[in-house]
This record gives sequence, structure tokens and C-alpha cells, in this order.
Amino acid sequence: MNAVASKARRAGAMLTVFLKEVRENLRDRRTVLSAFITGPLLGPVLFVMLINMQVSMQLDKIDKPLHVPVIGAQYAPHLLDALREGGIVSDAAVADPGQAVRKQDADVVLRIAADYGAAWRKGEPVQVEMFYDSSRQDTSSAVERVQKLVEAYARQQGAMRLVARGMSPGTAWPVLVAKRDQATPQSRAVLLFAMLPYFFVIALFIGGMPLAIDLTAGERERQSLEPLFANPVARWKILAGKLAAICAFSCASLAITLFAFAVVGQFIPAEKLGMELDLGWHFAGTVLLLMLPLVLLLASLQSLVAAFAKSYREAQTYVSLLMMVPAIPSALLAFLPIKAQSWMYAVPLLGQNLGIMQQLRGDGIAADQLMLCLAGTLAAALVAMGVTAQIYRSERLAISG
Amino acid sequence: MIEVRNLHKAFGTVKAVDGVGFTARDGEITGLLGPNGAGKTTTLRMLYTLMQPDDGQVLVDGIDAAADPLAVRRALGVLPDARGLYKRLTARENIEYFARLHGIDEATLRKRHDALVDALEMRDILDRRTEGFSQGQRVKTAIARALIHDPRNVILDEPTNGLDVMATRGLRRFMQQLKAEGRCVLFSSHIMQEVAALCDRIVVIAHGRVVADETPDALRAQTGETNLEDAFVKIIGTDEGLAA
Repeated sequence: MNAVASKARRAGAMLTVFLKEVRENLRDRRTVLSAFITGPLLGPVLFVMLINMQVSMQLDKIDKPLHVPVIGAQYAPHLLDALREGGIVSDAAVADPGQAVRKQDADVVLRIAADYGAAWRKGEPVQVEMFYDSSRQDTSSAVERVQKLVEAYARQQGAMRLVARGMSPGTAWPVLVAKRDQATPQSRAVLLFAMLPYFFVIALFIGGMPLAIDLTAGERERQSLEPLFANPVARWKILAGKLAAICAFSCASLAITLFAFAVVGQFIPAEKLGMELDLGWHFAGTVLLLMLPLVLLLASLQSLVAAFAKSYREAQTYVSLLMMVPAIPSALLAFLPIKAQSWMYAVPLLGQNLGIMQQLRGDGIAADQLMLCLAGTLAAALVAMGVTAQIYRSERLAISG
Repeated sequence: MIEVRNLHKAFGTVKAVDGVGFTARDGEITGLLGPNGAGKTTTLRMLYTLMQPDDGQVLVDGIDAAADPLAVRRALGVLPDARGLYKRLTARENIEYFARLHGIDEATLRKRHDALVDALEMRDILDRRTEGFSQGQRVKTAIARALIHDPRNVILDEPTNGLDVMATRGLRRFMQQLKAEGRCVLFSSHIMQEVAALCDRIVVIAHGRVVADETPDALRAQTGETNLEDAFVKIIGTDEGLAA
């Protein structure tokens, strides 16, 4: 009977701490704002803006007529006709084509030599000069477009000359490249959406951060840990209650982010980029599952880092630095062509990243990869919790003065 | 009853508490008097198991603090040096939080809550958030929170610190009431008049050691001084850190 009562009391203490922390933090406007609004919505809003920018840029490039200054246009009227058909408007000649490109007055400039007509009639190769700046990435599609049109014109004219001499055009092109692009609409999306997993981690982070700081450094600064520890409750139970509160806030934050992504995902014109994006319920559920052990790990790490700080401000600085860490796997995967090895799934953050990307590619995550990811992160979370519990037991922690 | 035997605690090379021992009995108010930095707060922190003594023993109602710290904390009501209220909670919520941590049932909580609120005269501030409380209101809330589980032993670390005259008088009345209820009250102070006015027994601590453990009258007789202030100065050997 007594054992049952004391067992109920033990669970009660943890629940009491949890409920009090949740209630207290829900009353803090700044915490609520950052955990439930700015934190979780930052990602989706940024995402939509980026994607729309990308889409409109791509569409602009394709549909809009491209203005290209042409020097010596009068020497090659047929070439210019061909360019015009390809949507290129020849502008008035510029004096110094190199400078015009350098000063960004023009994306690309064409120069046709004065002897173009004479050479053409003799059937000799003629030269068309193209001025551009390959370090200006935004002009690359314009440059490519002009180059392709000129080359297509050259091939077409070459073929006609061969036919006129009674030869098959095939003799001039013994090898042809046939492109077989294996990208699916989903996998094309991946490149663009490489930062998506980081947004989810950020949501977790920002959701839990005010609590993690408040529950250790903040409580110490308020000098409320000492009276709290004078209660007949083991410290690990107090810690467990507090960690649960942090986890609850980060989970709520993540859920809001996922929901927001599911909603805005409907409005992202991904098909216009030849991509397919599925941010629906199945995706959200998988992400939530992948992230669950990470919630615990981040909550422990945040509390641990905050416990070392003497004041709220100091803790804020430390925890913000900690926030840089989850960016590493996202950056690595975005810029380095890493082929996923199975052990990578066991690495916290990296595993989640890979899993989410795989889900985005439309491949789905295999059961063993999922297990590896969950187990690896959970193990790390348990270690982090153990270390945090040790720090929490130290005498130094409670004493404010 | 609180029994302290030969407590030692060092921080690095500094011996904060160096062989403190005394007994605080039920139905008595025991004052722990000493200049600032004498080791009072460290001693009390070992009593309520926030710190572990390097050596020595603490017994609360016969329970060894090293063996069963939870039982000791259950038997104690503690107002630490750090009051630390939760400013986004009301006074009532602060008190109820600690009551639940003690695991006391709702009926007992109501009864005890009402008794404390009346005794401390704090009904008017109960449902206000503690942010912006005066020092006196803060101490009242912290004491109510500390005593909600009806402990037999009460430890108050410098309870009158920062209080005005009215609040101090109210608090003294409250301590007398605790004594009349048969509780063991142990409080620390560096204010001699307060100790003289309240205590049945005075334990004087200086440099981490007990330099006197007597009734106020015995102290006067021992030192040959009729004035308690002079008696203290004589015992401690210096008047540094003592406030009148």
C-alpha cells in the first residue's frame, strides 16, 4: 500500500514539475512567440520565398526575349534571322563588348567579323565571337541559350552544304550523344530542397531553447533552484520533468513547422521547375518519427550547455553557438557528393538528414535504415541525458551566490 | 529536533565550516549567530542536504541526512538564503507547486494553506503574480511555500534580511507561533537584537567554528557583559561583520 502511494508520488513529482514548467513558460509572451510562431514559421516562409524567386527567375529566362547587343549584325542577316526565331533580340552594337559585359550592361555580346559575308560565300569557316563572364552565374543560362542557337544554326547550314554536294549529313557527325537523364521530378527537387532538414532541426531548436535556458541558467539566475532542491524529490526526477517540458515545446514547434510546410507545399509551383514535391501527411509523419529521438538529444544538449552558464544571457550565447552544429550535415550533403553509407544513418543529425532527403526523393526510407537512425540517435540522447543528470547532481549547480 | 555533529566543509583550501556541532530542540527557537562569512549558510545548506559535508553527521528527528536525504528533506521546512520565487506564477501557484512536490493531498493542502495564509497575513497578495512583489511579500510567499507540508523542523536563513520594521515584527510573531506549536525552529542571523529577542538558545559561529552555545542569560554571565552586543563582540573577538 505504502509502496503504491510512494510510486504515485514519484510519478506525481515529475508530472508536477512538467506541468509547472509548461504553465510558467506559456505565460511568457516571448517564449510563446518564438516557440510557436517565429521559430516554426521562419523555415516555411523563407522556403516559399526562395522557391518562388527561383521559379520566376527560371520562367523569366525561358519565356522572355533575350536582348543581345550584336556588333556587325549587317554582315550576317541569316544568322540573325535564326537567332530572332530563337527569341533573341539583337540590340544596337556597343563600342567595347568586353567592358559592356564587365560593367554588367549586357549579359552576353556577339561580334561578327566584317569578312563574314566573303568567307561564307567561299565556304570557309567563319568566326562569331561571344563575350561573356563565366563568373557571373546569373547570366549562364543566357550565354548557354545564345551559344546553342549559334551552334544549331551552324549544324543546320553544314548539313545543307553536305546535301548540296550529294553527301549524307551523317558523315560529318560520326558520333552522336543521346542524353538519358535519370533524374525524376522528385530527385530534381532534392538539390533545391537540401536545406529542408535544417529547417526542421531549427524548429526543434528554437522551440526548446527558451525553456532549456530558463530551466537551468534562468532558474539559477532567479535563485530558485536552491529552494526547489530542498524539496523531497530526487534531482533526476526534477530534471526529467524539465526535459519533458523542453521536449513538449520543441515537438509542438516541429509539428507547427511540418503543418506549415504541408500547407505551403500545395502552393509551391514545383511542377513548373519540372519537380515534384510531396510534403503531405506521410512525409510529415516520417519526419516526426525520425526526429523523435533527436528531440530528446537536443533537449539534453541544450540543458547541458545552459547549465554551464552563469546567467541567462551567457546561456543564450552558448546555446546559439550550439545551433550552428546541425547546419553541418546539411551543408555537407548540399555541397559534397557523399554517397550515403549505411553507418551514416546511425549518426545523429546526419541520419535524419539522409532519411528526410530520401523521403523527398520519393525513394522512401528502408526499415533497417530507419531503425539504425532511431537507435543511433536514441543512444546519443541517452548519453547526453546521463551527462546532464551528472551535472545536475553537482553541488555547484544549485548555488547561486 | 536537529542534531549537528562535527561538520566540516572546505571549498578548495578555504575551510568554510570547521567542526560545527549543536542541537536545536523541539519547542525552542535556536539562533545561529555569526558575522558575514562565518559559515552559517554553508552549515544550513548541509542541514537541508543541498551540500554534502566532508565530515560529520546531521540528524533530523533521528534520521541521518547522509543515509536518507529525502526523508530529512520531508521533515524539514526550509527558507534558503535564495528566495527564488517563480515570477510568472502567482503566490498561490508558487505555494501549490511545492505542496505537490511534497505529494500532499488536496484536502490537507487546503487546510494547511488557509492556516499559513492567515498566520502570515498574506491573503491579499495570493492571486497576484510574484513579479513586482516587495521584499516582505516575497519572504512571506517563500515561507508559506516552505512550510506547506507542515514540517516539524523549520530552518530559516536570515529570514528578516531586507524587511522593514513592520514586516520584521510580523515575522517574529510568526516564529513565536511556530515555537508554540512545538516545532523546532532554527534560524540564522547576523543581527544581535533579533537573536536576543527571539532565541531560547544561541549558537555563535565564527570562522567556521562554534564559539558559544548558551542561553542568552548564560552568554551574558559567561562574558561578564550585561549588554549582549558587547558579549558577542567579546566572544567573536572582533566586531567585524556584526550589525546592531
